[in-house]
Amino acid sequence: MAITVDYELCNGCGRCIKVCPYGGIELKEGKAVLTERCTACGACIETCKVAAISSDIQEKEIPDFSDFKGVWVFAEHRDGTLNRVALELLGLGQTLAQGLNQELSAVLLGHEVEHLTEELGAFGARNIYLAQHRLLAHYQTTPYAKVISQLIGKHKPNILLIGATTMGRDLAPRVSMRLNLGLTADCTELTIDPTDGSLLQTRPAFGGNVMATIRTAYSRPQMATVRPGVMEAKRKDGSSGYRITEKVVKLLDKDTLTTVLEVAREEKKGVNLCEATIIVAGGRGVGSKEGMECLFSLAGVLGGEVAGTRMVIEEGWLPVERQVGQTGQTVRPELYIACGISGAIQHRAGMLNSRYVIAVNKDERAPIFEVADWGIVDDLHEVVPIFSNAMRDRKAKQGA
Amino acid sequence: MNIIVLIKQVPDTTEIKIDPKTGNLIREGVESIINPDDRHAIEVAITLKQELGGKTTALSMGPPQAIDAVSEALGMGIDQGILLTDKNFAGADTWATAYTLGKAIRKIKGYDLVICGRQAIDGDTAQIGPQIAEFLNLPQLTYVREIEEIDEKRIVVKRALEDGYERVESPLPALITVLREINRPRHPRVSFLIDACQDKAPIKIWDAADLGVTVQEIGLSGSLTRVIKTFSPKSKREGEILKGDTDDVVSQLIGRLHEKHLV
Repeated sequence: MAITVDYELCNGCGRCIKVCPYGGIELKEGKAVLTERCTACGACIETCKVAAISSDIQEKEIPDFSDFKGVWVFAEHRDGTLNRVALELLGLGQTLAQGLNQELSAVLLGHEVEHLTEELGAFGARNIYLAQHRLLAHYQTTPYAKVISQLIGKHKPNILLIGATTMGRDLAPRVSMRLNLGLTADCTELTIDPTDGSLLQTRPAFGGNVMATIRTAYSRPQMATVRPGVMEAKRKDGSSGYRITEKVVKLLDKDTLTTVLEVAREEKKGVNLCEATIIVAGGRGVGSKEGMECLFSLAGVLGGEVAGTRMVIEEGWLPVERQVGQTGQTVRPELYIACGISGAIQHRAGMLNSRYVIAVNKDERAPIFEVADWGIVDDLHEVVPIFSNAMRDRKAKQGA
Repeated sequence: MNIIVLIKQVPDTTEIKIDPKTGNLIREGVESIINPDDRHAIEVAITLKQELGGKTTALSMGPPQAIDAVSEALGMGIDQGILLTDKNFAGADTWATAYTLGKAIRKIKGYDLVICGRQAIDGDTAQIGPQIAEFLNLPQLTYVREIEEIDEKRIVVKRALEDGYERVESPLPALITVLREINRPRHPRVSFLIDACQDKAPIKIWDAADLGVTVQEIGLSGSLTRVIKTFSPKSKREGEILKGDTDDVVSQLIGRLHEKHLV
């Protein structure tokens, strides 16, 4: 297939150039011209305001999806507790279900997990599909994919959200291929398109350098995995009426293609960045492992945790569980203090949802200042100790 | 042990910068490379072949220039390569891509293990491996950080979980996706690279007709999702730079934090 530009219609506005992440289109003598880097992703077609760009593919007819109703959230759990992402997705699900005037359901697979339904109801589920079987006790790809696919076939939801965890990213693509459904990965924003009620799924690509908004045009349910730590769990006040729909599950041992031999927790030495309300993070500017000490001091006096960029982890100044960024963790503390961090996109991807951001960097042109509420252009090795001492004095005065 | 490794040629997104004036990506000087996770997959394949014998094949779907990635895989020690290239493959979302690669693997036949990197650094989806496993009805083992045992009938791996690991056994054939921590990929050997670039190098090029797929099943036509728009992530913060000497600035900062009830 090929993308073509109608030069009569093209007015040289350049919008298409802006949206192309591949360098596949450029302006030549006032007209948009395709280059050999075009990958036919189609973003330029949607963006052109004068309909000058088209593809030669025959757009398929969009089927009638009116009998697909309901917003579903996969209730991920392990060892008898729900994963926080399930509650976060129910929070998002409440908004989506309201926007569509459809029902929000949780999908709970497992064995002896009925006690989890109360929390699912308290966080927004109006209906909970409960599918229990001894072969669902511990997550495995194929039995879970089989049961979810059967539920979808029977009940036809409009939207299915799964957390982008190791479980979710193992399960969702399997279901999507089994049922021929479009699947968008690692979404950070989901809204309903007011024009046609479809789900607009926004996610980072190119290592976080580009945000892409995607629509699942040709299949239902619309499936998306959602990045943990981005959406907000919303406990419902007042009566949280919900009902449980129990499903009969038929599974055989041969349905589980693999065998889990052992599951082991590895102690993370008590670091939980996802729960931290204050994070003091260090980057290249810290300079050395010893340089991190002043950050630990500051975190100590503020009651926060220490984190670092990928570079800091690779240098061995901090262990891997303290990494924040596109390939590390996504955090949303009340306060994020970025010290000696330049603010590369891959790091920003992990902390942009912080409520407030302070940046300390010697270089006034560092991009981190663009995403900070307050910035200090100075050497962190001067600023951080003074900050720590000032806070200690303050606490002493307050008689804490 | 016959092994197929899936690889992708990608722009080196860690080197991409944003032009501060226009907010656009600066693409000049950004190299095309083998997706980093895939180099680890290639290393697994070569190591297993050295231990157990057999044949390794690198399979990739991409534009014609992706042949460089296939050649580089041969340069590292992979036995043969297949590049799927056709203008009708272009614009594929993960579903259409997995379908196309799946059809190619079916055509290759006689494999014991399919190895993928966890995810590509441009798409960042991590969906292709599991989607292909479903298409081929293979057991899948994702997030593999270590292969503990393997013989011609079964494989035992350690899968990484958020807070620990899982040891899982699977019969073969199976598909695995591997993490970077599994090994250190070797560098290509110059003599292998030179051989890989000759006309008689064991690299096949297949197009849509070779796979027996119709235009509607592949590329943008076969995709179930559509990209509506792409944009640079924007910041919504005001960004006040505090001025003064260090003590003064810290004092102003604490004042701001106090106003917001953060301290």
